[in-house]
Amino acid sequence: MEAIYKKPETLIDTPTHYCPGCGHGIVQRLIAEIIDELDIREKTIGLAPVGCAVLAYNYLDIDMCEAAHGRPPAVATGIKRVHPDKIVFSYQGDGDLAAIGTAEIIHTANRGENITVIFVNNAVYGMTNGQMAPTTLLNQRTLTTPQGRDAGADGYPLRMCEILSIIDGTRFIARTSITSPKNINRTKKMIKKGFQTQIEKRGFSLIEVLSTCPVYWHMTPCESMKYIDEQMTRTFPLGIFKDWENENKDNN
Amino acid sequence: MSTNKNQKFLLTGNEASAEAAILAGCRYYYGYPITPQNEIMTHMSLRMPQVGGTFIQVESELAAIYMVYGSAAAGGRTMTSSSSPGISLKQEGISYLAGSELPCVIINMQRGGPGLGDISPAQSDYFQAVKGGGHGDYHTIVLAPSSVQEAADLVFDAFDLADCYRNPVMILGDAQLGQMMEPVVFEKKQKTDLSAKTWALTGARGRKRNIVKSFYPVKGELEEFNIKLQKKYREIEAEEVRYEEIDTENADIVIVAYGTSARICREVLKEARKKNMKIGMIRPVTLWPFPSVIIGRVAEKVQSILTVEMSAGQMVEDVRLSVNGKCPVHFYGRTGGGIPSPREILNKISELINIKEKITCATS
Repeated sequence: MEAIYKKPETLIDTPTHYCPGCGHGIVQRLIAEIIDELDIREKTIGLAPVGCAVLAYNYLDIDMCEAAHGRPPAVATGIKRVHPDKIVFSYQGDGDLAAIGTAEIIHTANRGENITVIFVNNAVYGMTNGQMAPTTLLNQRTLTTPQGRDAGADGYPLRMCEILSIIDGTRFIARTSITSPKNINRTKKMIKKGFQTQIEKRGFSLIEVLSTCPVYWHMTPCESMKYIDEQMTRTFPLGIFKDWENENKDNN
Repeated sequence: MSTNKNQKFLLTGNEASAEAAILAGCRYYYGYPITPQNEIMTHMSLRMPQVGGTFIQVESELAAIYMVYGSAAAGGRTMTSSSSPGISLKQEGISYLAGSELPCVIINMQRGGPGLGDISPAQSDYFQAVKGGGHGDYHTIVLAPSSVQEAADLVFDAFDLADCYRNPVMILGDAQLGQMMEPVVFEKKQKTDLSAKTWALTGARGRKRNIVKSFYPVKGELEEFNIKLQKKYREIEAEEVRYEEIDTENADIVIVAYGTSARICREVLKEARKKNMKIGMIRPVTLWPFPSVIIGRVAEKVQSILTVEMSAGQMVEDVRLSVNGKCPVHFYGRTGGGIPSPREILNKISELINIKEKITCATS
């Protein structure tokens, strides 16, 4: 009998360290599937972030590099300039990309670096025990917003796709989620498009994935999925914010 | 510029360092402007495209050092340069480079500090350069040129040492060295017998995947890694100490000075000779590893050692450790961008000789 669903070759067969209901495992499996499908395992270099996903290299059987908090886009730039024909992607969380690494992501996007960024947004700092992230929703309770995030004191949730899509150097910017098989399939399609954007040397791509952190949201995994659909997407609407294919159509 | 063999160029220390890097095979340069080292950047922006290399004027010193990190991890010869406040920003990345054992070259043309300070020459980043600078138990190899020719020569050595030991190498100059012009000949060549970078990230074609990291969360792993690093540092200390020794035979007083200070002290030595004063000098070329053994040996036979620095006294601590009580260690320094004159240093030496006479009188 032919197996129609199996472990991707790029995914390493090892016990996971992620909490039950965490989205990282889903996103990383998708990356492994895409690398297999595009047949780029031997030419892909990935960047593991800080935070819970620092051990991404335990799961993806490719050349990988760590980067300090916020710096993956700079490290990815350094790698890509040495190997312009390799596929370089960074995997970053919300604190990494939208707080300490805001300068790096903006300027890497602005240079139009031909890399792909996978931005996992779960609106909280997981590894450091649940402090406020730049993407924490208004009124969301975290360890450092015990009464809920207050715009006056803490500022507003930062919408990175919207910011990045107005930068001339970007070519493909999309926001997806992992709350249903349909959304997971769509996330896969978008990440794959990000890789294809790079393979075709079209420039900078970023896919923001709205993901779960049941432990620091103090919810069950199922409640967490519902929370994304019902609450998170109000602040962070899903969609494609920039697409080089449409730009070409407009130009024609 | 074309660089035919034995052709002599009149260049600033900054330009000579940049050109030497290109001739040494550096193809990835990332930098952020800061005086007094901007000529390194401008030279790179012109030359890198000519040799098929990469030049990026980066948004910050942090991003610059992490682009260096990326290019080093990918197996490229890579460099950044800055001056004191900028180097402070790069220290986070330098710790990561040391922790991931990545080779690269960092030039620091020091200026006065602390804080924004000024743009005058200083040697007040010694502690930061040789004691680690960033977090963790690590060392950067530190080379200290005292002429434009040596600035160029040491760049070649810096890249080779970095690759040989998989370690960041810092060239510690200062505003004077960076800005002054001297004739320079590019004679050195890149070493050809270095091992292939089999650890580099190139895509896992036909081999097991490579991982570049400095994170060791499993208990005991990090200590094991640190012990391995320390073993490497001991090897570097045994193999790579460099210094210049001038007139130390029969000297009464030996000066220890590096870089621009040592250059000024050469004049002091000339003047002293005219006055029949027996003064010698040890000039550390590697500040880490430090030439402790030779300083300790010389300390056994001299009246005293005088350390001269453009700082409030930083290297003098390493000199004292090297001397280990075998003779008195004195210090003369100017700080905040002040440059000592030969006359000032000679006065200090005269003072030391008078102290000796007084001690002799008191005990006789």
